[in-house]
Amino acid sequence: MDKKFANLVSSVVPLPIENIDTDQIIPARFLKATTREGFGENLFRDWRFDENNEPKADFVLNNETYKGRILVAGKNFGCGSSREHAAWAIGDFGFKVVVSSFFADIFKNNALNNFILPVQVSEDFLAKIFRAVEKVPTTAIEVNLEEQFIEIKATGEKEHFDINPYKKTCLLNGYDDIDYLLSLRNEIEAYETTRPFNF
Amino acid sequence: MGNTLFDKIWDGHIVASRSGHPDAVYINTHFIHEVTSPQAFDGLRKRGVPVFRPGKTRATADHNVPTLDQHLPIKEALSRKQVEMLTANTAEFGVELYGLGHPYQGIVHVIGPELGITLPGMTIVCGDSHTSTHGAFGAVAFGIGTSEVEQVLATQCILQYKPKRMRITVNGQLKKGVVSKDIILYIISKISAAGGTGYFVEYAGEAIRSLSMEARMTICNMSIEMGARGGLIAPDETTFEYIKGREFAPRGEEWDKSLAFWKTLRTDDDAVFDSELVFDAADIEPQITYGTNPGMGMGVTGNIPALAEIEEKEQLSFSKSLQYMDLQPGTQLLGKKVDYVFIGSCTNSRIEDLRMVAEFVKGKKKSDDVTVWIVPGSKQVEAQAIAEGIDKIFEDAGFQLRQPGCSACLAMNEDKIPAGKYCVATSNRNFEGRQGPNARTFLASPLTAAAAAITGKVTDVRAMI
Ligand code: SF4
Repeated sequence: MDKKFANLVSSVVPLPIENIDTDQIIPARFLKATTREGFGENLFRDWRFDENNEPKADFVLNNETYKGRILVAGKNFGCGSSREHAAWAIGDFGFKVVVSSFFADIFKNNALNNFILPVQVSEDFLAKIFRAVEKVPTTAIEVNLEEQFIEIKATGEKEHFDINPYKKTCLLNGYDDIDYLLSLRNEIEAYETTRPFNF
Repeated sequence: MGNTLFDKIWDGHIVASRSGHPDAVYINTHFIHEVTSPQAFDGLRKRGVPVFRPGKTRATADHNVPTLDQHLPIKEALSRKQVEMLTANTAEFGVELYGLGHPYQGIVHVIGPELGITLPGMTIVCGDSHTSTHGAFGAVAFGIGTSEVEQVLATQCILQYKPKRMRITVNGQLKKGVVSKDIILYIISKISAAGGTGYFVEYAGEAIRSLSMEARMTICNMSIEMGARGGLIAPDETTFEYIKGREFAPRGEEWDKSLAFWKTLRTDDDAVFDSELVFDAADIEPQITYGTNPGMGMGVTGNIPALAEIEEKEQLSFSKSLQYMDLQPGTQLLGKKVDYVFIGSCTNSRIEDLRMVAEFVKGKKKSDDVTVWIVPGSKQVEAQAIAEGIDKIFEDAGFQLRQPGCSACLAMNEDKIPAGKYCVATSNRNFEGRQGPNARTFLASPLTAAAAAITGKVTDVRAMI
């Protein structure tokens, strides 16, 4: 896993479908691995391949025209199961950014914990990206984490996105939450002495 | 201004809240299972840190286990490896395991409550989104990812942003043939699969209060299906009655002190929620889903929406979903032939669910064209069902009572619905491929599922009781 997040200019893979759940991103039967690697192979498995494991020609990941490190998807991306394998599969496939107008909470956390940036944009801006890519499949998009904006390079259309300052620091520097929590050891032990029961 | 129950529990568990940082929240109980824990234990090994409070984590094997011949070694190599790794990891790190063959084994969200591990006022997490189930006891319980499982193992804490608060009130009384599963499917169909995103929900109102603990668990279980982080119900006499005497529940003096504390766990009258929704139980009929997310549901006698009723930008997703289901917009589901009935999962596999189904099917026989799987939520549920003779009723009806596990809820083991087949399921997700590649799922209550098993079709159970 690439821990630090650097600013990025890339073409995108458009997936204008809403409510994409983590069962689609990585079906349950591929959750049997005991390491974090190799899940990219089965990313969107049942949309990408048919029963005979032949690539489905009409699915965007099988279309040579669309490539890039930015996945752009319809609203409520990553709903359903909490499986972090979904974030691992997206990262392992080579995506660094997922853009949507709305993310499910657990997926957002999982993505950030794996140094994948979820960029939440307005419905309007999302539609603009889809339109731009429909016209020119190689449309380049810039995602700038330091300055928190996303820009369609060809048209200069731009939008600010939010990210918690703590998470931003983690992403830019490659820190993770456990490093921080481990540093709170004294506070945690002190807290425990204030609780008479296990609740 | 007063506080909500959620605020009281959350705020009471904050270990550190530094500016610019998410809250470090202390976790009272952590459940783990074989699928989302191996990489977390691996992480601990790489960092060279132990499990900080091993006594506060409990493990079981559920997602991947076979539901037949559990006494034999697991046939499928990868599943076996995951289960074996759980055994090895829990032994190495000193965590208690209720593995295959253990009398407490079962679906993680079924065993926590039935063993008296889940208690009011707790913070509870698990690497599984349906951890919200435990909220039925007045606990703040939510699902987490594997990196977060590692956080909890390493520090007994988790870094989280505090969700907003939503209250969903269901007034009035349920009509005949309508059960708690119908309440929650109804709510999700009204507010959509994303309607609760960013929120922690408190369920209130007469219809919720009058439910048993197990029925309340069904409601809280599906909070995640509207996108909510979790859902809870303030504890009351029903809650305390349920907990008393369970294996790990407090006893004696500890019980009295606990009870005194639990009785304080309620939302203040003047507390303000970020969002309030109110429903009337009398409006709810038995529910069924027709699409590929739990928000795509309706009353069992209803019509699937016509394309024109769907917002334009949602039409593509809607059509794709109906195409997958091979259903036509604007048509009825009633009378649709079904191939499988699955009664199980952490939503509806408790003893009351099995009793409800048994009472309904007693003396009836399943339709010849339907395969019926009943998968109890735990070894204890299974034993209880057998002790009550429920297994005989199922056998006479032609239903197959299997052994505990997640089974066809996510089809990670052999229990898969074949491609193209229709299954009425009491589980919580109807996503594409959830019950097996190209399987088609109708989510419903145990009663509606049992009715379909008898008639072989999507049926309005009210006509049969
Ligand atoms: S029964 Fe289904 S939803 Fe529940 S824990 Fe198992 S896989 Fe998850």
